[in-house]
Amino acid sequence: MALLSLFKKKPRARDDRSPWGRGILVFSNTSEVIRSEQVIKEAGFDIRVMGPPPQIRSGCDLVIEFPLIEELNILRLLRESSINVEQVVPVTDHLLKPVDLFSVKDFGDYLMVRAANMKITVHTQSLTIVNISGGGCPDVPYLAREMIGKPLTQAPSPGDIGHTLCGYALQLAYEEVRRRCSV
Amino acid sequence: MLGIVGTVPEERFPLIQGKAVFDGTRLSVAGRKIDVNRGTPALLAAACQMSGALGLDAPMAFLAGDIGLGHGSRELYSWLAGNVADCELTTMAFHYLQPDVDGHSKVLLAVQAMARPPRLIADAGFMYAAKMSGQSPEYELFTPDAGELAFLADEKAPHPFYTRGFILAEDNDVPELIAMAYRHDNAARYLLVKGRDDRVADKTGILFTVDTPRVEALEAMGGTGDTLTGIVSCLIQAGLSTPEAARLAAAVNRTAGALSDPDPASQIMDIIPCLPRAYESLISEHKVSQVRGEVS
Repeated sequence: MALLSLFKKKPRARDDRSPWGRGILVFSNTSEVIRSEQVIKEAGFDIRVMGPPPQIRSGCDLVIEFPLIEELNILRLLRESSINVEQVVPVTDHLLKPVDLFSVKDFGDYLMVRAANMKITVHTQSLTIVNISGGGCPDVPYLAREMIGKPLTQAPSPGDIGHTLCGYALQLAYEEVRRRCSV
Repeated sequence: MLGIVGTVPEERFPLIQGKAVFDGTRLSVAGRKIDVNRGTPALLAAACQMSGALGLDAPMAFLAGDIGLGHGSRELYSWLAGNVADCELTTMAFHYLQPDVDGHSKVLLAVQAMARPPRLIADAGFMYAAKMSGQSPEYELFTPDAGELAFLADEKAPHPFYTRGFILAEDNDVPELIAMAYRHDNAARYLLVKGRDDRVADKTGILFTVDTPRVEALEAMGGTGDTLTGIVSCLIQAGLSTPEAARLAAAVNRTAGALSDPDPASQIMDIIPCLPRAYESLISEHKVSQVRGEVS
């Protein structure tokens, strides 16, 4: 914990986006990426969740791009959080960028937000999640079952219970609909 | 026989195979009861309803439990690679599976080694894997929505989440995205693009557009794409040409949606019971040739 506190106090203002200064962390599943993103960001490091370059043939469909110089610190941090990193490689090519655009449809009593291939629809008065659609990964029906019928304030977050990129996209839509509904 | 491959959103659901039976509220496969809300169970329920209307045998289901960790999908990939050759299938629809290029390639190899390879339909995660593997042209039909079409059109995207700028493409962009998907060999022989307008296309462009009845609330409802894939799979199994099957399937799905009088909070189980009535009404009102029987 002391080490974590030390990281938190450390200002991380530099924004080194030059590829040769960046590395990528490869994980075996998306849940580990989501946990790692939270842990590393809380410690104040400048990271981005990205798509793996074609030359990375192992791991899941998300990687974390990070300042290569901080490799030791970040790996230590993840080890302390019991998160296993499958591979660490320097960036040698442009990484693919996740979708960060939203489309919104207002049905009057209902508001639908779409991020990438995922849509979430909320009843605007009760703030109940009434539908989740789109996506093709196996956690989509699971997420729908766990979230539909619950208010935005009580529903589990896709970032907590999802496991795939569709779950990650739904998390973005979920955050956007919460923002628009002032939750 | 029509075979349908996919997952059930339960972590402990085992790998099973068997004829699917839908009693109007729940599915049964190999003695297991399955709730129908969306995903592969919705596809199967729609296929059961349409099989009844078309006089087909009940579809054969190949299922495993998976909540996104990939365990059940990997079991299914492995089982199919080793056993699919022993199954008598003339049409196969692949659905919600964790995208896995290696797993996909092994299954495709096993299918292509069959004495009489079935026609292949892919949707959802398995369609992602087919595109990522570069083997899309081996498929008879893909059934993407607009976002997934943008993913097929982007030759560099490994998943719809990474599709470049045009992921939020509107209906106007669909013809160009279809052309891009074919240009990069990332489309099946035919595409049924689900959306505000449903489009049936091949490498020459759009063959049919189905835009009525138009029910705006269906855009919010999860599972309408799943039922559409179930319907078109049955119509292909019944012997319609793929473009005609896709056109009629889009009309049946839309008509069933309209019959259920939905709002954005409606669930797919409100629509599935309406499918036979929608099909019969199209047969009688629009003089569509009745489809009966099954291709061998």
